[in-house]
Amino acid sequence: MVSVIPGRRPVRPRAARLVNGMTPPHPVMRGVKGIVLLLCCSVVVLPFIGVISTSLADQEQITRAGGYVLWPENPSFEAYAAIFRGGVVTQATLVSIFVTAAGSLLSVAVVALLAYSLSRPGSFGHRPVLMLVLVTMLFNAGMIPNYLLIKQIGLLDSLWALILPPVVSAFQVIIVRAFFMEVPQEIIDAARIDGASEFQVLTRIMLPLSKAVLAVVALFQAVAYWSAFFNAMLYINSTEKWPLQLVLRTYVVDNTAIGTDLPGEVVPPQQSLQMAILVVSLIPICLVYPFLQKHFAKGVVIGAVKG
Amino acid sequence: MASTQVGEHAAPDRVPAATRPPDDDAPLREAARRPSRLRRFRRDRFLFLLGLPGVVLVLLFHYVPLAGNIIAFKDYRPYLTIWEAPWVGLNNFAVIFQGDPAFLNALKNTLVISVLQIIVVFPVPIALALLLNSLLSERIKRVAQSILYLPHFMSWVVIVALFQQLLGNAGLYNTWARVNDLPVLRIIGDPDLFLTLITSQAIWKDAGWGTIIFLAAISRVDQQLYEAVAVDGGGRMRQLWHVTLPSIRSVIVLLLILKLGDVLTVGFEQIILQQGAVGQDASEVLDTYVYNRGIIDGNFGLAAAVGLVKGLIGLVLVLAANKIAHLFGERGIYSKW
Repeated sequence: MVSVIPGRRPVRPRAARLVNGMTPPHPVMRGVKGIVLLLCCSVVVLPFIGVISTSLADQEQITRAGGYVLWPENPSFEAYAAIFRGGVVTQATLVSIFVTAAGSLLSVAVVALLAYSLSRPGSFGHRPVLMLVLVTMLFNAGMIPNYLLIKQIGLLDSLWALILPPVVSAFQVIIVRAFFMEVPQEIIDAARIDGASEFQVLTRIMLPLSKAVLAVVALFQAVAYWSAFFNAMLYINSTEKWPLQLVLRTYVVDNTAIGTDLPGEVVPPQQSLQMAILVVSLIPICLVYPFLQKHFAKGVVIGAVKG
Repeated sequence: MASTQVGEHAAPDRVPAATRPPDDDAPLREAARRPSRLRRFRRDRFLFLLGLPGVVLVLLFHYVPLAGNIIAFKDYRPYLTIWEAPWVGLNNFAVIFQGDPAFLNALKNTLVISVLQIIVVFPVPIALALLLNSLLSERIKRVAQSILYLPHFMSWVVIVALFQQLLGNAGLYNTWARVNDLPVLRIIGDPDLFLTLITSQAIWKDAGWGTIIFLAAISRVDQQLYEAVAVDGGGRMRQLWHVTLPSIRSVIVLLLILKLGDVLTVGFEQIILQQGAVGQDASEVLDTYVYNRGIIDGNFGLAAAVGLVKGLIGLVLVLAANKIAHLFGERGIYSKW
């Protein structure tokens, strides 16, 4: 009734903006929170800035700073040029790209097919197979038997030892299967009445409808393949088959000196080389990070709800 | 019948009722809905074939190694196959039952690290989630989340490298501290500080990411409850204490229980990467023990025995944790992230 009087708004005490039914917190409190948050974020961000800066810095500045710099004064890409002039790092980058690409593509294909074959209600054998897949979430056979298996089937020192074992993960089968099962039965029935075969239902209906979830699975797997380190340490001996993570461990964590095969060249500072390798290993993750953040977060919550 | 009209692969139970001819013969329809095993196999063989590559890979890389655990009862020799190696009964398990000092040390370290993870690492995401939730600006919150989630996607190699570059003896901080006459940090490479180091690394990597599940739980809280507290004259702390925390209590309990199921597994990659710098006394855990005895020393039987016992206890713990979670009225989570 107040509001019908023109020029007069309903009178409300100053708290125009209520948060949880209360006035916003005291400015001091907000300031404290802001500082804590800023601190947390800088602790995360600063190391990355330091790494990128050092990879771009020149010898003079690095010597002056005693090792690492927070901001490059004369940025140069010498270090990147040096590690990509051929040699161990170039080779390792190619290996990592190959393993990641082959692994995630294979993984999406196999997981999609398996999930589809498990998603049709009442189909032959889907229950025992589903159990077979689910139970793998509960146990891990152990490092030694896994190693012996890889050795027995002759995959030791082969890149396939890095690609094949993680191809099927039960969790992803569950996610994709759940997605397939939500596709309305009517669509599939309609396709069948139009004479679609099982394969056509898969390729013409299921896969196009589930592009998004398959992309997420591919991303999941790509990140896992790219970051995998221990399996390479276990199964790969030859230096030319080392993935990037292993090179990173040798040259950055264990601090082995990086030799360049090219005599007479001006060698960029050791720290810059190390940090350049580190940055190279970070770039793919950062490129896909926006998607990761969105979808992985969803995955965590789905995982919690669906079990 | 309907099935002949739409082809062999179209099962009767997948044809919507409306397209089926009217049929009063209920038992016959029942029989058509659940064909015999053989008929179902003939009908679904293509579907079955599609799943086959995945099934083969699961069998090969998950179940075959399970059988490979028989090496724990054998004397493994590099020049013999697993089958030819002589049986030695429970000899390989002697380190466990007789309490080999190195094994006991690994067990002790594992448990200490696990307890630290639960007491120190576990509450951090909860606190961080409460902080993020209390932010008024949706935009700042989103930016902060983007930054804080990032380390989760870094491999352990990257994180260990970052810590070394930053906190190592010649790292960014110590160089700066020496120039400015500040105390020097010796956290990298000092066995006494190893626990502190790996605990802070664990927090740095996953504290932000861990908030997701708590934020999701907080977002489901009924806003009216907050207003009710406000109406009753309660302040922000009361809202936190009487509404937010009780609402996420079940998630906290669930995650805690599941964490307990994992006590024998601690960051293997993280530790193996840093073992060289601090030595095995401080850093050996069960997984690294298996690696060092088996792969490095070549004592596969012994290593497999320790791995097997660890795996079995781990399985029992996970199942028990899920059981307890169910008792608390929660759905279990069998997967970890």
